[in-house]
Amino acid sequence: MTETTETRFRMKERLKQRHKSEKRFRAYGKIAIYASFGFLAVLFVSIIYTGADTFRETKIELNVFLDPEAFGGDDPNQNQLRQADYNGLIKQALRTRFPDVTARKDKKELYALISSGASIDLQNWVAATPEYVGQTLTVRMQASDDVDQLVKGAVERDAPPRVRRLSDNQLAWLEELEADGVVSTRFNKTFFTKGDSREPELAGVAGAIMGSLYSILVCLALSFPIGVMAAVYLEEFAPKNKMTDFIEININNLAAVPSIVFGLLGLAIFLNVFQLPRSSPLVGGMVLSLMTLPTIVIAGRAALKAVPPSIREAAFGLGASPVRAVFDQVLPLAMPGILTGTIIGTAGALGETAPLLMIGMVAFVVDIPSGILDPATALPVQVFLWADIPEKGFAERTAAAIIVLLGFTCLMNLLAILLRKKYEIRW
Amino acid sequence: MEETVVNFSGSYGKDPSGVPHLVAAPAKMTAENVTVFYGANPALHEVSMDIPANRVTAMIGPSGCGKSTFLRSLNRMNDTIEGCRVEGSVFLDGDDIYAPGTDVVQIRTHIGMVFQKPNPFPKSIYDNVAYGPRIHGMADNRDELDTIVLNSLERAGLLNEVRDRLDAPGTGLSGGQQQRLCIARAIAVQPEVILMDEPCSALDPIATERVEELIEELKEQYTIAIVTHSMQQARRLSDVTAHFHLGHLVELGDTARVFENPQSDATKDYLMGRVG
Repeated sequence: MTETTETRFRMKERLKQRHKSEKRFRAYGKIAIYASFGFLAVLFVSIIYTGADTFRETKIELNVFLDPEAFGGDDPNQNQLRQADYNGLIKQALRTRFPDVTARKDKKELYALISSGASIDLQNWVAATPEYVGQTLTVRMQASDDVDQLVKGAVERDAPPRVRRLSDNQLAWLEELEADGVVSTRFNKTFFTKGDSREPELAGVAGAIMGSLYSILVCLALSFPIGVMAAVYLEEFAPKNKMTDFIEININNLAAVPSIVFGLLGLAIFLNVFQLPRSSPLVGGMVLSLMTLPTIVIAGRAALKAVPPSIREAAFGLGASPVRAVFDQVLPLAMPGILTGTIIGTAGALGETAPLLMIGMVAFVVDIPSGILDPATALPVQVFLWADIPEKGFAERTAAAIIVLLGFTCLMNLLAILLRKKYEIRW
Repeated sequence: MEETVVNFSGSYGKDPSGVPHLVAAPAKMTAENVTVFYGANPALHEVSMDIPANRVTAMIGPSGCGKSTFLRSLNRMNDTIEGCRVEGSVFLDGDDIYAPGTDVVQIRTHIGMVFQKPNPFPKSIYDNVAYGPRIHGMADNRDELDTIVLNSLERAGLLNEVRDRLDAPGTGLSGGQQQRLCIARAIAVQPEVILMDEPCSALDPIATERVEELIEELKEQYTIAIVTHSMQQARRLSDVTAHFHLGHLVELGDTARVFENPQSDATKDYLMGRVG
């Protein structure tokens, strides 16, 4: 009797301990989740904090006289419109606004307030609307990046000139312009419509976005059909022998190969042997597809394996040939899993930098690529390139490019979730 | 039973009991010395028996006795299992389905199958039934296909329950309805033989009764071979019973005779509930 009571008591004590350890385990789990959310939050906040300013750019309005003399007459032809000295017109406008500035050195400082890209914008605009030649127009022009940084508050106004990169004179002129109410910040269209540039205020991610897009399309077009077919063959048709075991092991190995090695492979085979165009999204996509392929094959095989064998039996029992059974019944059921794996693999490829460096997609490309054979760069490579430049404008743009890249990745993951939800089969 | 009762001097195969058979019917299928190996181990030893036409042949026996293996060798379903090898011959109307050059796909259109667990495709009820006719090109247009689907559902006794929701997913039906849907799906390709592998083991008694009634009706038109765990079911349903024990066919004969007067010791023990 006493023994039983004692056992009972011990069991009770033990039960208390078990409850305690369960609580402890749950607490650890929660801490782990909160910690990872915390790190994620720090990452996002710091990137957004650094990059958010990029989405605004500073513009300065100036009265520009489109002097007919600069165009060689009142009625210039397209050639004259193209070749006119727009830089000179802008400089003249600055001199008109600040007539007191006469010294050569001061003039140079004055001109530096406006971005060197402003003349190109002006040229394009005038070439499109030549009827304004001979008139004085108020033109909203892009400020240089140092002005931009200062206006947006990224640089303190009372910082020493060496740090704020504007001389006291320049600051005084700028403040005069601000008093006129002609300095404003607006949404930075340049960042989304232009390619790379040496000037931060003229640099955009459009080229990198298009390069990434083309690369990913090539990558998908190659790796999805090949990967799915390989998975279907290996899972449904291949005999189980040493050969297929060997292939399976090697697919798993491929998935673990460091990406830079694929880049070297691409360099050696696609560029040197096949002589495909260097720096092109075609080669980039091919290299990326080498990396995505094993992911798709592995995800595809797992998805096919998850289809209950009873479905195959049902189809066989009705006299379906193995190929029909797979394509009519099994593959559609495996599709959500395959698509999820594909998109996750592609999202990984989207963020891949190292292999693209090897095949020359790291070049300084100003033009936006218009096809898969044009030289291009990709978003992560653009981040890599800009991260190397010390100018504050580029530091800001690096973060902004990361935001764009993360945005695309999130979009793709969202797509994966939606596809899975849409095609999910409820048994 | 209505059929002519004669003293049948032949046999449905090598009946170890040696008792003459009473239920006369020509053999639709004949198995001759069928031995099935999984890897190196034989799971079934030299089974020879007939499946009489328009009769229900039941295969009973404890788990692992080889009854399902035998059933699956009748439409070469064992081919799909890795490492499975079949020796011997199975004749369908006198043609060996294991002869080299036989089209397995063709065989399975003649010999349909219903599985233990209802396995409708996760598609609409209509598409489930229409799949077989579609792949075999049995209907030239939508109207013909509709006719086949509705007829099959009707014959499977399911039409009245699903008439107004043919587009609903087949997986949304109850277990018993799903199994009848699978039977409708098998009927749709107009087989001659229907193999059923414990078709009621996943169903409740009421659903089981419905399926049994259906099998009763179907034998008018089809030859049916059914594997069952339930001796009562074999007794209620079948005309001929085969008892498998440890991979051997130990008893084969008219159902009434097998249950009332078993000859082999293994069958006696099994029926008495001493084993299995």
